[in-house]
Amino acid sequence: MIELKDVYKKYPNGVTAINGIDIRINQGEFVYIVGPSGAGKSTFVKMIYREEVPTSGTITMNGVNLAKLKMKKVPMHRRNIGVVFQDFKLLPTLTVYENVAFALEVIEAQPKFIKKRVMEVLDLVGLKHKARMLPTELSGGEQQRVSIARSIVNSPKVVIADEPTGNLDPETTWEIMKIFEEINNRGTTVVMATHNRDIVNTLKRRVIAIEDGKIVRDEQRGEYGYEN
Amino acid sequence: MNTDMKIRTIGRHVRESVKSIGRNGWMTFASVSAVTVTLILVGVFFVIMMNLNRAAETVEEDVQIRVHIDVAASKHDQETLKAAIQAIPEVKSVKFSPKEEELKDLVKNMGEEGKAFKLFEQDNPLNDVFIVKTKKPTDTMKVADKIEKLNFVFKVKYGQDKVEKLFKFIKASRNVGIVLIIGLFFTAIFLISNTIKITIIARRREIKIMKLVGATNSFIRWPFFLEGLWLGILGSILPIILISIAYYRAFDYVNPKLNGTFIKMLPFDPFIYQVSGILLLMGALIGVWGSLMSVRKFLKV
Repeated sequence: MIELKDVYKKYPNGVTAINGIDIRINQGEFVYIVGPSGAGKSTFVKMIYREEVPTSGTITMNGVNLAKLKMKKVPMHRRNIGVVFQDFKLLPTLTVYENVAFALEVIEAQPKFIKKRVMEVLDLVGLKHKARMLPTELSGGEQQRVSIARSIVNSPKVVIADEPTGNLDPETTWEIMKIFEEINNRGTTVVMATHNRDIVNTLKRRVIAIEDGKIVRDEQRGEYGYEN
Repeated sequence: MNTDMKIRTIGRHVRESVKSIGRNGWMTFASVSAVTVTLILVGVFFVIMMNLNRAAETVEEDVQIRVHIDVAASKHDQETLKAAIQAIPEVKSVKFSPKEEELKDLVKNMGEEGKAFKLFEQDNPLNDVFIVKTKKPTDTMKVADKIEKLNFVFKVKYGQDKVEKLFKFIKASRNVGIVLIIGLFFTAIFLISNTIKITIIARRREIKIMKLVGATNSFIRWPFFLEGLWLGILGSILPIILISIAYYRAFDYVNPKLNGTFIKMLPFDPFIYQVSGILLLMGALIGVWGSLMSVRKFLKV
């Protein structure tokens, strides 16, 4: 479903972040992207949700070439993708419920559907009872669960997570991983860039290792493989 | 923009834009004031110009050549002179005004002081006059020159030079005014675009999230357009009220003084409604223009 062919990415400042990548990720897969800092993990992830455009090569998702995607079509592409960040990116003035509903409101979904769907995903991440609270009243793990709820609320085919557990303690990390597993079990592809060796080595999944902009390892049920 | 935008969405955009107007407080005040000052000047200037223009046009329409006939001319000589004037192709009409008539006019126009002239009724020092009108006001000078060369013409008088001076004055003040207004216009646009910029920066995070979850670009832009539009419209309210009241007062004050002349101020209805429409439109234009500049620069979506 996501296929990169001969992809290069060179930033205007001269840094080559991606130096020739060919990879294919199928629908329903759970993939870890690992590698040292500055290896190109973030660029890789950003290219999938079309925050960055490759300098050359093709990125195909559901038959659409993202490298050539017109600006006007980017919003429609993003509606097929949920994104989760290390810093949650919640709106501090909105309640938990409003933060999740926001993602549906701005794509002009029906109000009735929004109500039903938001409560559904809040239930899935176990925060139904905190719907009326503000993000500042929640713990880090809970905030990340809100952001996951927001990422899946419009039922995307892929969830991209860039270091989702980077700010969380080990115990909370496992709670978050359980939710990602659950999302994946429901058929959603999960692509997660991570530095957390415990997760990768315990919840064994496909591991793609990137170093200096190249794929150095691609194993099903792989290991983290770095000494951080 | 999205043509099938839902009413709910419009409501959302309006709410968002009104919210930022409240949130930006001082910047809102500054940019609305800038629009207000600009539009008051535009309005006053426009009202004065339109009235001066209209007055000049009326005067020009009414330009006439007064041919003072030599006292030595007999009835027959007068007839010959009249025929000669009528023979000039640019002449539209020639009217005879005897000196008794001329004196009456003079007495009337002078008002109180004119009463002194009544003494002259016994021994009228004025001349009989032919009042000549040309087909086109611009021909006045040419025709006057021709008439001056005819026999039994004592003096030729016409108001063309005064009209030309008036037009020159209007033109000069119009140019000065336009430069001033353009300067203010851009100041107002600049202030509005800065206000919108602050809104955009304050909502950076929100915009980023909107982009990530796939909101369309027009959806993201709309509240900012509206905010600019509101600022412009808010700025036009005070000028419209002030100018309407001022014109109403001025009309009552000035018009009676113009009695007896053929010059009149433009009537309140519909003139002030037209001016108000223009001011509102200009306010809206300044607002939208200002927000467009910011949105283009700071909202690369």
